[in-house]
Amino acid sequence: MISATTRQLRASYAFVERNAHLVKRYWSWELVWLAYSIANSLSVSYIGLGMEQISGQEIDGRYLVLYLVVGTLVWRYLSLIFYWITDVIGLERWEGTIEYTLMAPIHRLTHMAGQTAFAVAYSLLFTAIILAVTVKLFQIDLTNANLFGMTLVMLSGSLSFIGIGIVGSILPLLFPERGAQMTHVIIAMLLLVSGVYYPVAVLPPTLRMLSVFSPATYVLDGTRKALLDGLPTAQLWPSIWPTLVAGAIAIPIGLWVFGLAERYAKRTGKLHRNG
Amino acid sequence: MDEIAIHVREAYKVFHKQSLFPWNRKNGHGEKKRVVAVDSISFDVSKGEIFGVLGPNGSGKSTLIRLIATLLLPDSGAVTVFGHDVVHDRIAVQRLINRVSVEASFFKKLSPMENLIFGARLYGLSAQQARVQILEILTRLGLERSTISKPVEEMSRGMQQKVAIARALLTRPAVLLMDEPTTGLDPRSKREVQALVRELRDQDETTILLTTHDMVEAEMLCDRIAIMDAGKIVALDTPEKLCAMVPSHNGRSPTLEDVFLELTGKKLIEEDDVE
Ligand SMILES: Nc1ncnc2c1ncn2[C@@H]1O[C@H](COP(=O)(O)OP(=O)(O)OP(=O)(O)O)[C@@H](O)[C@H]1O
Ligand SMILES: [Mg+2]
Repeated sequence: MISATTRQLRASYAFVERNAHLVKRYWSWELVWLAYSIANSLSVSYIGLGMEQISGQEIDGRYLVLYLVVGTLVWRYLSLIFYWITDVIGLERWEGTIEYTLMAPIHRLTHMAGQTAFAVAYSLLFTAIILAVTVKLFQIDLTNANLFGMTLVMLSGSLSFIGIGIVGSILPLLFPERGAQMTHVIIAMLLLVSGVYYPVAVLPPTLRMLSVFSPATYVLDGTRKALLDGLPTAQLWPSIWPTLVAGAIAIPIGLWVFGLAERYAKRTGKLHRNG
Repeated sequence: MDEIAIHVREAYKVFHKQSLFPWNRKNGHGEKKRVVAVDSISFDVSKGEIFGVLGPNGSGKSTLIRLIATLLLPDSGAVTVFGHDVVHDRIAVQRLINRVSVEASFFKKLSPMENLIFGARLYGLSAQQARVQILEILTRLGLERSTISKPVEEMSRGMQQKVAIARALLTRPAVLLMDEPTTGLDPRSKREVQALVRELRDQDETTILLTTHDMVEAEMLCDRIAIMDAGKIVALDTPEKLCAMVPSHNGRSPTLEDVFLELTGKKLIEEDDVE
């Protein structure tokens, strides 16, 4: 007899392996997606170099480029995590396998842990590739940057996005037809208030108040301090603890809300559409 | 007394055609649609029994199976599997059951092997264990080895159905729920599946609940048969006793099909029309 823990761990790994297989099978689409993401990051970053000509004033273009690069990278990383986790249901509804997965004797925590492990690994790798291309193209000097501190900020920042992602993943459960599209709204709102491409100080008071509650605000702030100012890791703590708190709140809420949505779907027959 | 594998008591399931948003709820006529899919039905299935469920389209067979499979929650009544309640003891039930449905439902771009290993891991099996068993079962079901590593989307419907059966057998369920497992299979494949069903019962004492539209299959395989109509069980007995329920037609002893047509009140072709 194998232990219950081994069983749940194997089940968690099932999601990692399955997603890896899907990525491998859709590899050409992954390349297209990577090209799209790189082009996106670059075109935002060139705004930094263009600013001097646009404004006609002398501006530290290099600093501005790096400021925007951090914005695009952190945002790419966090939204990738969000989308992979949100897709935990959407992906399977599309294929019709959702009934089989929800019929398996596993805890929802096991299920989410597997999807999350894959999401973090995928997003880190994907973002690292974009970072490498950007650094090369803009000849960014990272010798003074605190890369370790930056990774730490991003990893702790992922926790809250995992929680938000789990909440987002219930949309395809509740709304079989349009649920997946509705998740974009969440990401767009966070993009607006988190100061991805501008300091949150420029926002009107109401939006600025919201920025306090967006964990991305702290991730961006911390990453910029680590990468632009080379702040030592110990001094990054003010950007780390709020995201840990947000994660500690968002993940249990996410799992709880997911449980409610699953029960709702099983009560109303939303898991299947035919057969 | 035989051990009771599936116990269904006054199970009731109604579907409402209603949106989650209140402002979407009114349809053209201001009424809301309500379908009683399973209407207070009760029955027991003993361990090792092959129990058939027959009934016209929309009579509630698949809904009944989903209630036992924990994919739908009953509105009232109780369903237990070897004493475990499907609502309160979900995981214990899920460990004991598996299900084969009409539509095969796989990750279409992945191979049968990849799909099945995903399924096996969800039930705590290791990949090595699973791989050996998968080859064994698929060979037993007459699937060519070369197809095992090609994408599922390249397989015919019947072949996919065999992979779906393999997915269920892999976890060695004590209770196997089969929703039209032979629909869409050619005569030889059909027989292979039927032989397998018998073998499962004889060798492993698997309890099998099976729905089918093939009356001959039902008569041949099932120890007892329930005939459903509009969510209710209108008759439940051994095939022989069911056949004895209707008078003989023109000196010919009645078949299960006669019983079906008689009891479900959907006699489309009158005896006289045929003559
Ligand atoms: N998820 C659902 N949402 C709304 N109505 C549903 C749902 N599932 C089933 N129904 C309705 O419940 C009734 C019973 O459906 P069910 O699928 O159980 O029938 P069935 O006996 O399996 O039919 P078939 O022989 O065609 O497979 C039907 O009227 C169907 O429209
Ligand atoms: Mg059905």
